[in-house]
Amino acid sequence: MTSTTAVAVERRGGLARFVRRHGWTVGIYVLLFALTLFWRSQTTVKWGPFDVQSLVIDALPLCFAACAQSIVIISGGIDLSVGSMMSLANVVSAKYMLHMSFDEAILFSLAVVAGAAFVGAITGLTIVVTRVADIIVTLAMLFVLGGLALAVLQVPGGGAPVRFQGLVSVDTVLTQWFPAALLILFGSFAVLWLTVRRTRPGLALYAAGSNRSAAYLAGVNVKRSRVLAYAYSGAFAALGGLAFTAASGLGDPNAGGIYTLNSVAAAVLGGVSLLGGVGGLIGPIAAAFVLTLVKTLMILRGVDQNYAQVIQGALIVLVVMVGGLAIRQKGKGS
Amino acid sequence: MSAAPQTRERPSLRRLAGDSPAAVLTLVFIGIFIGTDIVNRAQGGGAFLTLKQISTTFLFAAVLGLMAAGQTLVMLTGGVDLSVATTATAGAFAVSRFGTEGSAKAILIALVIGLAIGLVNGIGVALFRVNALIMTLGISTITLGLLTVQAQKQFTSLVPNFVVTLGSGRVLTYIPYDLFVWVPIAALIILGLRYSGIGRMIYAVGDNPVASRLAGVRTWQVLLFVYAICGLLSAAAGILLVGFNNAADLGIAAPFLLPSVAAVVIGGTSIFGGLGGYAGTILGALILTVLDSLLTILNASQAVRQIIYGLIVLALAAIYARATAAE
Repeated sequence: MTSTTAVAVERRGGLARFVRRHGWTVGIYVLLFALTLFWRSQTTVKWGPFDVQSLVIDALPLCFAACAQSIVIISGGIDLSVGSMMSLANVVSAKYMLHMSFDEAILFSLAVVAGAAFVGAITGLTIVVTRVADIIVTLAMLFVLGGLALAVLQVPGGGAPVRFQGLVSVDTVLTQWFPAALLILFGSFAVLWLTVRRTRPGLALYAAGSNRSAAYLAGVNVKRSRVLAYAYSGAFAALGGLAFTAASGLGDPNAGGIYTLNSVAAAVLGGVSLLGGVGGLIGPIAAAFVLTLVKTLMILRGVDQNYAQVIQGALIVLVVMVGGLAIRQKGKGS
Repeated sequence: MSAAPQTRERPSLRRLAGDSPAAVLTLVFIGIFIGTDIVNRAQGGGAFLTLKQISTTFLFAAVLGLMAAGQTLVMLTGGVDLSVATTATAGAFAVSRFGTEGSAKAILIALVIGLAIGLVNGIGVALFRVNALIMTLGISTITLGLLTVQAQKQFTSLVPNFVVTLGSGRVLTYIPYDLFVWVPIAALIILGLRYSGIGRMIYAVGDNPVASRLAGVRTWQVLLFVYAICGLLSAAAGILLVGFNNAADLGIAAPFLLPSVAAVVIGGTSIFGGLGGYAGTILGALILTVLDSLLTILNASQAVRQIIYGLIVLALAAIYARATAAE
């Protein structure tokens, strides 16, 4: 008798805890759903699976960029080189995949992701060894990697096998409503992140971002966690670059330009605190969809593409402003 | 026992760099200049170490020097302004857009635009406590979008003669006109940082924002001031740049973004704020300008330049971090 009530209380407490902890993420998904309904009401032709597909294609690179940025921010840093890393992965893949078979292209993609993780680890290592601020190191890397991308491919060009492009652009799984691109997104999310999230290194990452000295005193290897975060960032950014290659069938040394800022925006909108230690990847992925959808909606309503960029920029600043105010409120409350 | 001489020797070298960074930077500047001279002679381009080239170096360095001036002030408060290049572009664009209406009006409009962008940055950072990096990057995106929209409209673009002379002319053969803009501003900043109240407060806020707030400094006013001035100086840099290029395009100032941070870092100003000054930044700007000439002589592509600039910033920041950690 008593034990059942205790369980019930615990369960109710669990639900309240779930809402308290994941309220923001739930909110983002509700917003995404509402925006989708609005989008559906706005289209003149019948809204269908094709629209879902085009949204996913548009959003995929930003989703990966948001994951890359979120992990670093959670670990207590910031990665300004995300955009350039995407450009680099994009041009490298487009340049060398042009005449590859599908199987070779997949293997090559894995190699690119691994290579990018290695470069990311070097960035992280530079930060922890030299003790230079994250901002300066990743800003320098933004230019170094951007320069490398330019060296690989000076003007847009290259290509990818048709079947490789199809993975992101036309393939669907089971029903027309489920693009293969989504499967790739969730697949890489599960393989790369879910396997680590609850393990020792994953928790160490949160600890390092939450309070570096406390984590250190608790025996967490803070340096290793931070290097790991940047390695993850590299891998996810490379996936973003590869998604760009598959979606556009082209390598462009400036492809990643806007993604540095947008990835930060998606992370913050997705519930990741810029102070570190708070948030996950599920929220930022939804936020990336929201940001893409907002732009799609504006273009749908006939807003000049450049104005759309302006409005999106303003929105991003606004989001971060509100996020900053939220942090202050929280700080006052406790 | 055997380790004693080693430990004694190292700090002395470090102390020289720590006590008079300006002297070390001047030596580096002269060294790179001579190095460039040797490379240029080796490539059959004749001497580089001439009065003419020294004058040209200063002429080129003024644009970077002004942009890095704003960056120095911002970085002294512990922030960073990633919108300097776009603000300069906006200034350059405004001058060519309103050039037909007289140089005074064009320059004034450019400066007002720069000040406005700086104020918006300042409001975000100072009042809403937005992360400086994101605020300035976001404003940069917005500004560039607005500029792109404006650039698509029909208008006669003209860079007034006065601006062209200011940006590219020389008096007495060797003295660039733009020094008449740069030198007074530089003197004002160096003296202002040292002797004025706001100058001291900039250091205080950068060194310890909480302590300075408790000591009665209105932190938000200092931050607002710093970002506004940074916008103004970036626009001024844009005016000189458009005078030099004699035409404005939307990518005109983009290559200056990393160098503006690099010049400050080379000059010894700490990214965490509260440490450094403008004198070092000037030398940083001069060193980067000569380096740029060297890379041009070596026929380096834009890609190579970017990589080299990035690596220089990394290496120097690491050296400074080590030097300050040792103290």
